[in-house]
Amino acid sequence: MKLPEAAGLALAFVARLVTGAQGHWYGTTPKAEQRIYFANHQSHFDWVLVWAALPRDLRAVTRPIAARDYWTATPLKHWITREIFNAVYVSRGRAAEAGTVTVKDDEDPLEPLMEALRNGDSLVIFPEGTRGHAADPAPFKSGLYALAQAFPEVQLIPAWIDNVQRVMPKGEVVPVPILCTVVFGAPVTLGAGEERRAFLDRARAAVIALRKVA
Amino acid sequence: MGSLRQLSVTQQVGLLFVVLFGVLVLVTLYAFSRSFRDDTPKQSAASDQFGRELRAVWGGALLFWIAWASGPVGSTLLFGFVSFFALREFVTLTHTRRGDHRSLLLAFFVILPVQYVLVAERQFNAFTVFIPVYVFFAIPVISALANDPFRFLERTAKIQWGITVCVYGMSHAPALLLLDLPDYRERGAFLVLFLVVVVVTAQFAQETASRRLRRRPVARAISRSFSWRAWGVGVAAAGIVGVLLYWATPFKPLPALAMGAVAGAAGTLGEFVMKALKRDAGVRNWRGNSSVTGAVGLLDRVAPLCFAAPVFFHSVRWVFGI
Repeated sequence: MKLPEAAGLALAFVARLVTGAQGHWYGTTPKAEQRIYFANHQSHFDWVLVWAALPRDLRAVTRPIAARDYWTATPLKHWITREIFNAVYVSRGRAAEAGTVTVKDDEDPLEPLMEALRNGDSLVIFPEGTRGHAADPAPFKSGLYALAQAFPEVQLIPAWIDNVQRVMPKGEVVPVPILCTVVFGAPVTLGAGEERRAFLDRARAAVIALRKVA
Repeated sequence: MGSLRQLSVTQQVGLLFVVLFGVLVLVTLYAFSRSFRDDTPKQSAASDQFGRELRAVWGGALLFWIAWASGPVGSTLLFGFVSFFALREFVTLTHTRRGDHRSLLLAFFVILPVQYVLVAERQFNAFTVFIPVYVFFAIPVISALANDPFRFLERTAKIQWGITVCVYGMSHAPALLLLDLPDYRERGAFLVLFLVVVVVTAQFAQETASRRLRRRPVARAISRSFSWRAWGVGVAAAGIVGVLLYWATPFKPLPALAMGAVAGAAGTLGEFVMKALKRDAGVRNWRGNSSVTGAVGLLDRVAPLCFAAPVFFHSVRWVFGI
């Protein structure tokens, strides 16, 4: 076993020790199909939680989105995101209407994501674009719509992450052990000729609906 | 019974585990053979429930075997982890706020390890007062420093209660394992097993009695099955099993009866209290087949032990004057 793989297993173990990281699947099953998981975003922990809740063989093909300037700043951060998580790096400049991704002047912010999807990888995105502290997720940004249009064959799986804000409130550095669940729901598909706003609201409603079963 | 007392301690404990696992294998085989029948949905739901309980009993039995086989350090570590998971579940079910973060960190990463280190070191006096005296004082101080007066007493009380049940209560199980009574050295495993067997017997007898007797529940809003009559049956059954097991304990038959009854009573009442707690937290389905975050079914399985162990432990020390 190589070092990144061992480090990944250790990290998943710690995540499960602290949060339980239980994955519940309603209306879908954990399958090795190409998917885009989209979830509510409340904490820096969200990605690790979704990742740890996935079965081990799906973790290898499911990739997060990471901001290039932050996550390549030090060798350790770069190593973690590149070797353990196989992150998709995006550059961010000024804020833009593109989901977790923000645009650097001339580059299409979604291009690295499209590239990963063309390679057959699955992605986890947080379409609110930023961490929210309200009870309900913020309105979704349009990146999800663009990806759904470009890759109609990729399943869009909504996910609700429950309780994670209690594990590590803003400003604290040590997580408290509290059980969290990730609820994965039935795929959302883009209707023929469906408008952007309508689709994004429907996707957001699908995420919120999973809170009831969490 | 006399020939059993002739065996060495290790042989006796070994025999105990052989009998325990033998019974479990027989019950499992019986359940397995029943699984081939065509059941009505109601029957199959009942046998599913039975299967879950059986798996839990297997888990518990293996836990005790590992605890005994791995010596003082291993067993303290093992119960420490059980304590950790129980407290994690408890904290998940109670609504803590941001201001409680530091207190919770203290509970999980300082208080819990210190308590188990005290057990492993057999510092029974320090171990007995550490949580009721020092932690009781420290938690509200840390919480107050967090500068959040909203429902302060309620939040602090919940954290204290969780620590008392999940850490203090649970830590008495390895303490029993390590307790050296006069003329009864190295046989703590018997005491723990005595405790577990009487508590489980009390629960089982109470459950069965409440199904047969159909008495008026004492507290319908909390439990539809808890009645004084059924509870009495459970306590009596625990006492009888206590007498039957007296040869394995340092007690004479009559004190063994009293000890069994006391432990059984504390355990079943503890389970009843846990039901109230889960009702409060909004968990409808009992025992881990619910999708509510945090209801994984460990807490309600260990709670009877958490309640019974301190009562039992201190009764033993009191009776033997140590």
